Amino acid sequence: MTKDPDAITDTVTEAELRAGHNLDHEVAKEDVIQLIGMNKWYGDFHVLRDINLNVHKGERIVICGPSGSGKSTMIRCINRLEEHQQGQIIVDGVELTNDLKNIDTIRREVGMCFQHFNLFPHLTILENCVLAPMWVRKEPRKVAEERAMHYLERVKIPEQANKYPGQLSGGQQQRVAIARSLCMEPKIMLFDEPTSALDPEMIKEVLDTMVQLAEEGMTMLCVTHEMGFAKTVADRVIFMADGQIIEQNEPHEFFNNPQEARTQDFLSQIIGH
Amino acid sequence: MGKYVEKEALPPPVSTTGPVAWVRQNLVSTPLNTVLTLFALYLIWELLPPILNWAFFEANFIGDDVSACSGAGACWVFIKTRLGFFTYGFYPDPERWRVDISFLLLALVIVPQFIKGFPYKAWIGVAGLTILPVIVGILLVGGMFGLNHVETHQWGGLMLTLVLSYVGIVAALPFGVILALGRRSEMPTVRLVCVAFIELWRGVPLISVLFMASVMLPLFLPEGWDFEKLLRALIGITMFQSAYMAEVIRGGLQAIPKGQFEAAAALGLGYWRSMGLIILPQALKLVIPGIVNTFIALFKDTTLVLIIGLLDILATVQSSIVDPKWGGVATEGYIFAAFCFWVFCFGMSRYSQALERKLHTGHKR
Repeated sequence: MTKDPDAITDTVTEAELRAGHNLDHEVAKEDVIQLIGMNKWYGDFHVLRDINLNVHKGERIVICGPSGSGKSTMIRCINRLEEHQQGQIIVDGVELTNDLKNIDTIRREVGMCFQHFNLFPHLTILENCVLAPMWVRKEPRKVAEERAMHYLERVKIPEQANKYPGQLSGGQQQRVAIARSLCMEPKIMLFDEPTSALDPEMIKEVLDTMVQLAEEGMTMLCVTHEMGFAKTVADRVIFMADGQIIEQNEPHEFFNNPQEARTQDFLSQIIGH
Repeated sequence: MGKYVEKEALPPPVSTTGPVAWVRQNLVSTPLNTVLTLFALYLIWELLPPILNWAFFEANFIGDDVSACSGAGACWVFIKTRLGFFTYGFYPDPERWRVDISFLLLALVIVPQFIKGFPYKAWIGVAGLTILPVIVGILLVGGMFGLNHVETHQWGGLMLTLVLSYVGIVAALPFGVILALGRRSEMPTVRLVCVAFIELWRGVPLISVLFMASVMLPLFLPEGWDFEKLLRALIGITMFQSAYMAEVIRGGLQAIPKGQFEAAAALGLGYWRSMGLIILPQALKLVIPGIVNTFIALFKDTTLVLIIGLLDILATVQSSIVDPKWGGVATEGYIFAAFCFWVFCFGMSRYSQALERKLHTGHKR
């Protein structure tokens, strides 16, 4: 199941990536994430229904849909914050099963940003960033701190390194959360409504950071209501409702020429005002 | 349209600062408060002089026996002459330096914790929780390194109280943490065992635990398995208090938002690391008042060992009071015992407040 991801990117052209959007994934080894016939229930409630999704390396995917449609649940299944009951999830060649070793391997490769940032309030910004590299990847403190400062500079808040999360604004906290995930040098980043808990004037600074990350070729899955972000950076927009993927397309087509009635409804509601 | 003019900061009105304002706000702010203030002043006027007279001005400090006490004031001579017994119990005279060194070591660990910015403070604290009990144990029990063996039934007084409560505190905290984590475990067996343990020990009074430990247990144990009464009491107290501790800590664990667990998991931290690095530091900090409450309760509960024949400080005081040589010194004795307990409990309370302030990282969200 092992493969060399770098070797694969060389062979994947832009055109091939675009072609991949038509759900025609003949060349399976391009995919860093595969969800195959995935189902999930909360008790009797069927939250995710037969989800099939393939994500290429370097692809930027925006997932939208009404609340309760299972968007968050789906991406939370990818790093096993939620357990799926049927089907397969394969991340970077490793299948998610109850095997704790596989879960650990996958979590090391997949970074995640939450709606409520979830920084560790008892640790400083720098300690938040070096904790996982030091304890999970066993890096010496000096190496971890250097990389943490590098990423804090990239999200433009190196001067806050020794403050506590409680002393930062929401936008700053979310940027720290992104930097904290990047410190583990993940191959894939998951964003679970990263701007939903922010004041309007702080949304832009977080989106800018995400755009920058997207431009650097990170594989991203992003649950968001920021349609501007979807239009500018997404390679593919996925619309979910009632636990199913209703429609997916590249952004221009998705916004201008939605095929399904549900999608048209949803778009008219969020763009109509 | 008025033009915007920046206004300068002015000092507050005189009536809101200074001693006069303090008196106004705190003592005579309403008619009821004025009445209460006057009543309190009257009580102080009536009660304080007789108390001071009894405890200090007419009290007897000098002398060696009951004849030195005039009877008008407190007979502190009694406390003075029996201080050795109150401190060491029946610990043999020539060996008491070992107890003194133990007290000194304890002080060397505790005092730095109260001093801000003391070097290696944390390490001293850790040593106090790990190495100190071992060293003090060897020192007090003896029987090795050329020290004479001292039977534990000779221990007593303040020393015994401190041994019981220190061991209880040091052992109950880690046990409590493990039990609290176990009670929230996803593994049914672990959870069941922990729930059963906690509910069992919380459901019985400490007195009956101590009775069981000292009277019943030897009946069930095979011949020759008998071990120290003090050790049995220590185990009983530790089990009992760790059940309470577990519930206090569980309260803290439940207050930690789910997002913290998820963030730790998403970063690849396993169960023990996310508990040890993320969850427990926050949870324990939240429940410092509850933990210290349990410690204080434990400290005072150690007096119950009296009923299994161990003489803690209260028991030594009590047995001295009934000594016919000293008539009517009960008040002095009990005040002394109460004062000893108060000093330690108040110390713990102050320390917990200082710790809370220090650990507060301004993250109320």
